[in-house]
Amino acid sequence: MLDLVAALGRAVLGLCRTVGAVAIFALEGLSHLVRPPFYGRLFLRHLLEIAYFSLPVVALTAVFTGMVLALQSFTGFARFNAQGAIASVVVISITRELGPVIGSLMVAGRIGAAFAAEIGTMRVTDQIDALSTLSTNPMKYLVAPRLLAGLVALPFLVLVADILGVMGGWLIGTVKLGFVSAAYLKATFDFMQAMDVVSGLAKAAVFGFVIALMGCWCGYNSRGGAQGVGAATTAAVVVSSILILATDYVLTEAFFAR
Amino acid sequence: MREPASIPKIRLRGLRKSFGDKLVLDGVDLDVRAGHGMVVLGGSGSGKSVTVKCILGLIPPDGGSIEIDGRDVLGMSRREREALNDRIGMLFQNGALFDSLPVWENVCFKLLAQKRITRAQARDRAAEVLAQVGLAPSVGDLAPAELSGGMQKRVALARAVAAQPDIIFFDEPTTGLDPIMGAVIDGLIVDVVKRLGATAISITHDMASARRIGDDAAMIHKGRIVWTGPAATLGQTGNALVDQFARGEREGPIQMELRR
Repeated sequence: MLDLVAALGRAVLGLCRTVGAVAIFALEGLSHLVRPPFYGRLFLRHLLEIAYFSLPVVALTAVFTGMVLALQSFTGFARFNAQGAIASVVVISITRELGPVIGSLMVAGRIGAAFAAEIGTMRVTDQIDALSTLSTNPMKYLVAPRLLAGLVALPFLVLVADILGVMGGWLIGTVKLGFVSAAYLKATFDFMQAMDVVSGLAKAAVFGFVIALMGCWCGYNSRGGAQGVGAATTAAVVVSSILILATDYVLTEAFFAR
Repeated sequence: MREPASIPKIRLRGLRKSFGDKLVLDGVDLDVRAGHGMVVLGGSGSGKSVTVKCILGLIPPDGGSIEIDGRDVLGMSRREREALNDRIGMLFQNGALFDSLPVWENVCFKLLAQKRITRAQARDRAAEVLAQVGLAPSVGDLAPAELSGGMQKRVALARAVAAQPDIIFFDEPTTGLDPIMGAVIDGLIVDVVKRLGATAISITHDMASARRIGDDAAMIHKGRIVWTGPAATLGQTGNALVDQFARGEREGPIQMELRR
C-alpha cells in the first residue's frame, strides 16, 4: 500500500516539475519576442509552413466536417420535426467548436510533429549547442519565432475552416437535403453572432500557441538519438492534442458559461 | 631567451562535474598557453568532452574554476558570457552543421547573427573562408546533406574560424575520416590556427593527429589530468598511462571494463 502511495506521490511530483518547467520554457520563449535581435525571416518561414502549407488538410477536414454535421443533424432533427434548425446548428457548431478544435488537431499532427522532429534532431546532433557557440540564443532563434507563428497562423486557418465548414453544410443542405440556397444562407447569417466567430478565433490562437509550445518543448528536451526524437515527436502530438481539448473546455467555460 | 611568465589563456582549477551518481570530472587542473595548441587525450567517457563543454558554458560545472585571460568565466553575467563566446570558435565532432541552411549561411552564421555583415557580403566572405579550407565557392550553395563527411568537416572548420576567434575548440576533428583526409584536416587546422594566432584546444583519440596539431598535450583519466607535456613526446613520456594510450596497447595500467 505504501509503495502505491509512494509511486503516486512520485508521479504527482514529476508532473508538477514538468508543468513548472514547461511554464518557465514558455515564459522564456515569450520574453524573447520583445527583446532584440528579432528573427523576422524565421517567423515568416514558420508562418508560411503553418498557415499556407496546412491549408489543404485543414480545408478538406472542415468541408467534410460541415457536410457530416448537416447530414447527421438532418437525420437526428427529423425525429423532432426540427430540420429547419440545421443551418443554425451547423454555423454555431463550426464556428464555436469544430472549426477551432478539428483544425487545431490537424495542425497538431502536422506542425507539432514537425517542430519536435526538427528541434529534436538538432538537439541530438549538437546543432543546438552549436547555436550557443555561435553567439545565438537557441530559445530566441528556435522557440520564439515558432511560438509567434503558431499564435498568428491558427486564427487565420480557423477562419478559413469556419467558412469552408459552413459551406460544406450548405452544400449538403441544398444539394442533398432540398433546402433553398438563399434561405439556408439567410438562416446561417441571421443566427450567427460575432461572438461565435471571435471566441473560435481566440481559441485558435491559444491552440496554436499550445501546439508550437509542445512541439518546441518536446524537441528541445529530446535525448538519446533517433529513438529519442521519435518519442519526442509522438509526445508532442499526443500532449498537444490532449491540451487542445482540455483548454477548449476551459475557454468554453470562460466565454459562454452563465 | 626565456619567455616572460604570463597568464595562461585558459586555466582550469579543481573542475568537478557529476551526472547523477556518476562522477565525470574529479578536479581537473589544466593550463593552456596563449597562441599554442593543446591536445587533450583520454579514453571514451573519461571527461574530455564534458571539460570542453564546461569551458564553452554549455554545461555548468559542479565546482572549481575556469579562467580565460585571467577572468573567472563562471561568475560572468549572461551578457559578458555572450561577449566571450564571440571570441570562441568550435568544431563539433559530427560537424553540427545546420541542415536547414545552405553551406554559405552555415559558414557565416555568427557574422550574420551579430549583423556584422550583410547577406550579400556574407556570400563573398563564405567563398573566401571556404577557399581557405580547400573548397570551391560553388560548395556554398549546397545543403550540408549533399556533402561528403570530409567536406562537412571542412565546412564546419570554415564556420569555426569565419568570425576570426582567438580561441578555437576542436572535438575529434579527424574521427570518421580516412587517414589522408584526416591529415588534410589537420593541416588545415594548423594553417588557420597559425594564421589567426589563436589558441587551440583539441580533443582526439588519434595519436598521429595529436602530434600534428598539438604543441602541448594533456591526458585525462578517470576525471583527472594525469599528465601534461609536449605533444611531440607522446608515446615516450615515461608515464605508463599515457604511453599505453599513445601506443594503443591492451596491457598496462589502463584496464578496459569488459564483461566476459
